[in-house]
Amino acid sequence: MFTPATITNAKYGLDPITGENTCINCAFNGSHLSVPLAAGNTEYIEIMRQVAAGELTIADAD
Amino acid sequence: MSKAAELAALIGSGQAQGDRNLIINGAQKVSQRGTSFTGQGANGSAFFTDRWYCFSGGSSAGRFTATQETITDLAGFTSALKLDCTTADTSIGADEQLSLIQSIEAQNLQSLGFGTSGAKPLVFSFYAKANANKTYVAELYKNDTTLSSQSHTFAVTTSWQRFEIPINNTNASSIGTIVNDNGVGFYWLINLHAGSNLTSGTINSTWLAATQANRMPGCGSFFSSTDNTFFMTGASLEIGEVATPFEHEDIGTTLAKCLRYYYRIGGASAYHRYGVGSCQGTNSCGTVIYSPVGEMRDVPSLETTGTASDYGIYEADGVNACTSIPALNSAGTNSKQFNTTFTSSGNLASGNAAEALANNNADAFLAFKAES
Repeated sequence: MFTPATITNAKYGLDPITGENTCINCAFNGSHLSVPLAAGNTEYIEIMRQVAAGELTIADAD
Repeated sequence: MSKAAELAALIGSGQAQGDRNLIINGAQKVSQRGTSFTGQGANGSAFFTDRWYCFSGGSSAGRFTATQETITDLAGFTSALKLDCTTADTSIGADEQLSLIQSIEAQNLQSLGFGTSGAKPLVFSFYAKANANKTYVAELYKNDTTLSSQSHTFAVTTSWQRFEIPINNTNASSIGTIVNDNGVGFYWLINLHAGSNLTSGTINSTWLAATQANRMPGCGSFFSSTDNTFFMTGASLEIGEVATPFEHEDIGTTLAKCLRYYYRIGGASAYHRYGVGSCQGTNSCGTVIYSPVGEMRDVPSLETTGTASDYGIYEADGVNACTSIPALNSAGTNSKQFNTTFTSSGNLASGNAAEALANNNADAFLAFKAES
């Protein structure tokens, strides 16, 4: 129904205990969001849709 | 029909019961995000008062300010959402759109019986006024199974009017069910600006396939002049064939409903304490924050503002400025509890208790967003 969200500066964040990817930090329609790696999360769904479409790349964590 | 029979029919319809409005915050009383939102209209969605957002599509040049407005000229109501055009757009691209929207969670729509022979009629209503006469389009969009919509024009004037729009029930039994989940079942829309992709067909006056061209024929343009304003409150969607008086509810009830979708803390004092946690090594503090209403719609995203140093960690008698913007840790986060990570430069003592807080910034907030 709606056109895609504007997502920039997408980058994985790490769990400080396990060192594994635990979130995606990004600017999402102008707001700074930390997005959980959760299949039901609205922003995660849109991020993964854009990644699958080749429209977005998520940078590795520092 | 006798009065007794009328009453029996009303009770049987479900309209006589409380909590009949499927719209949340219809009276625009809750606005956790603030009261004024400038520079709106760029592509995408932006939330204003709780549960209410505008979708802007097609790269319109039009811009507007949204405000939660205190009103005194509509009996029974104290707040409205006001949109004020600040940049006009008189060259309307084919794919342009500006819509004021509330999404309705699908599992809250199961009693409607859509997709069955018992599908119930609905009434869409709201109060609106503007700076001048204008025609816009109210629309109900079914987002599940078979995408369907129906739309009705309405003519706003400079005085408050209540628009009561019966949703034609024809086809409601044949357009598929609404899936019983936490996704979107309906979008309730007021369309305020639309390009030819959305206006060139024949308006869907009953439930029909949601063909883009048939969704908004007859829609005027809110962006036609910077004189334009649009006020809306008293939004409702209820079961029945006739609109009942707007169902006012206490603020606690409305707020609790809103918190299922958005929960903001802080943004009120320079060193607002968001929560107490513990140091995980020398760099970070993990703090678990709980939903105040038990559970959000789904696992939320964490929204922050400003820069990393607007946030801090209080440990061992000192505030350590953050070196990264607070983040969500998916481990241990679900729709009920949210595991946050505050990171600083390495001065923490592992295992110590610590407070996650704002660092001398009264605007710094944390918000958990589970909108759909």
